[in-house]
Amino acid sequence: MADRWQMLFDAAILAIILIGIWRFRDPRAASSGNLLVGAALFCALGIVVFRSPAQTLWIAGGALAVGSLGGLSIARRVNMTQIPATIGFQNGAGGLASCLVSFVELSRGSALSGIGEVAGVFALLVGAVTFSGSMVASGKLAGLVRQAPLAIRGHRGVLAAGLAIALALGFGLVAASGSARVALATGTLLASLLCGILFSIRVGGADMPVLISLLNAWSGLSAGFCGVVMQSQVLTACGATVAASGLILTHAMCRAMNRSLAAVLLGGAYAPPAGLGETPTPQPQGAGRQPRDGEGAAACDPLVRAAELIHAATRVIFVPGYGMALAHAQRSTVQLANRIRQMGKDVKFAVHPLAGRMPGHMHVLLAEAEIDPDMLFDLDEVNCEFAAADLAVVVGACDVVNPAASSVPGTPISGMPILEAQEAKGVLVCNLDDRPGYSGVNNPLYTNAKTVLLLGDAAATLARLIERVQ
Amino acid sequence: MGEIAVLIGVFAVTFAIGILLILRIPPRLHTPLMSMTNAVSGVTVVGAWLLLAAGGLGGLWLALAMVAVVMGAFNLVGGFAITGRMLRFFKKKESPHG
Repeated sequence: MADRWQMLFDAAILAIILIGIWRFRDPRAASSGNLLVGAALFCALGIVVFRSPAQTLWIAGGALAVGSLGGLSIARRVNMTQIPATIGFQNGAGGLASCLVSFVELSRGSALSGIGEVAGVFALLVGAVTFSGSMVASGKLAGLVRQAPLAIRGHRGVLAAGLAIALALGFGLVAASGSARVALATGTLLASLLCGILFSIRVGGADMPVLISLLNAWSGLSAGFCGVVMQSQVLTACGATVAASGLILTHAMCRAMNRSLAAVLLGGAYAPPAGLGETPTPQPQGAGRQPRDGEGAAACDPLVRAAELIHAATRVIFVPGYGMALAHAQRSTVQLANRIRQMGKDVKFAVHPLAGRMPGHMHVLLAEAEIDPDMLFDLDEVNCEFAAADLAVVVGACDVVNPAASSVPGTPISGMPILEAQEAKGVLVCNLDDRPGYSGVNNPLYTNAKTVLLLGDAAATLARLIERVQ
Repeated sequence: MGEIAVLIGVFAVTFAIGILLILRIPPRLHTPLMSMTNAVSGVTVVGAWLLLAAGGLGGLWLALAMVAVVMGAFNLVGGFAITGRMLRFFKKKESPHG
């Protein structure tokens, strides 16, 4: 009897969650979708709390309060640039929770069925990899860990060996009994944690969106396995939904780079010889910096030329990149765009899927700066319009507008779809410097005759430009 | 055994429905979507709570289960809070225009 009610209840919760996710199709409805899903999950938790014996309320309730308050206080404090790091951190916390639940269930030898034990081993393994991997990823995104990808000797081999050991110990655990279980569970846990670290340090910079999406999928997977262990349908179903979402986002990010998942994660394309960012590039640095594009003309100051270009243009397309967020220039960028729009010109924003540190990150950054959403366009929608545009304004973007991606074979970004800023009649680049982006591939756009480079801090440059345009 | 088969079925069906739904969500909402699904994965706090509610845990195991509750709650509550904050930006910018 009670079972039937529980099943109905679970089905209702699940239906509400799916409806909530469905509401994410529309930016205006998404907020209510978030509330729906949140409410459904709190109901699911509430019924479990309600049914549990009184003495657990104190212990578990205390822990619940501590975790919730911690989560709330962090959620209130972060800004939108820090979102990927924060989500990575929360993701790791969820992975750790799944991992610990299965660790306790497995090591104390509860009466799990055979498949339940196997699910437990997977929850332990995937949860631990999610935890340590997310912590490294979050550290990289927050700037606490060196962001460049780090490969040790025979990285793939070591990683494969680590996974094999974790699996072997895990299956040994299923067969073992008594105190050996604790040792084997601990071994599985440690090997998995190590794998997570090895896995994440190999990825960096512009590949972070793929890593974050994949870790998201794994935290769902571990929660799903955990649901099988604890025989909870809500847990299993939620885990499956998250895994599905994470996998789709991972796929979307890989497609945006036109690279396979394996190439991104195991570094197939990033054999680092030819000119990484740090290597001295044979470019007229220093003295030749700014006047390079002015050659002989009266208008040597690039700022003057930039203002002229803006005044002369009727169709302007902005290309924001992650550098914009690093320079805290979102607001100045939107301000300049609004200013140009007030001058009666057509203004669009071209958003590359990889312009940020997680899928869709750029949209959130611009939303925080209160952009009019009608100005935002995705790569496929806007790319054909560059040819008709008078001016492309690149702010803190490099690889996503690098024409070498389509013209030079064999680079890390070859084949990646780019925003074709070089097709516009004029190009304005507001970047910190003219060094190559994360991929290390020199950007021919910078040396193009129609490009005006405004190097330096984007927020300061844009402020001066806005003054001039007024 | 029957119970486990049901659970595996639940996993497979929701996974398939999840794929179908999420494929239709526009890229501009991918960050809030991931943030929200990230919060959903914090539902593992239910598993941790069930572990504590079953009782019979002592010493280290009790401590680990409590850490699991803290971490799950952190993920769940923090995730929804942060998604809510993010979506407010999306809502705000839409309203003056309509």
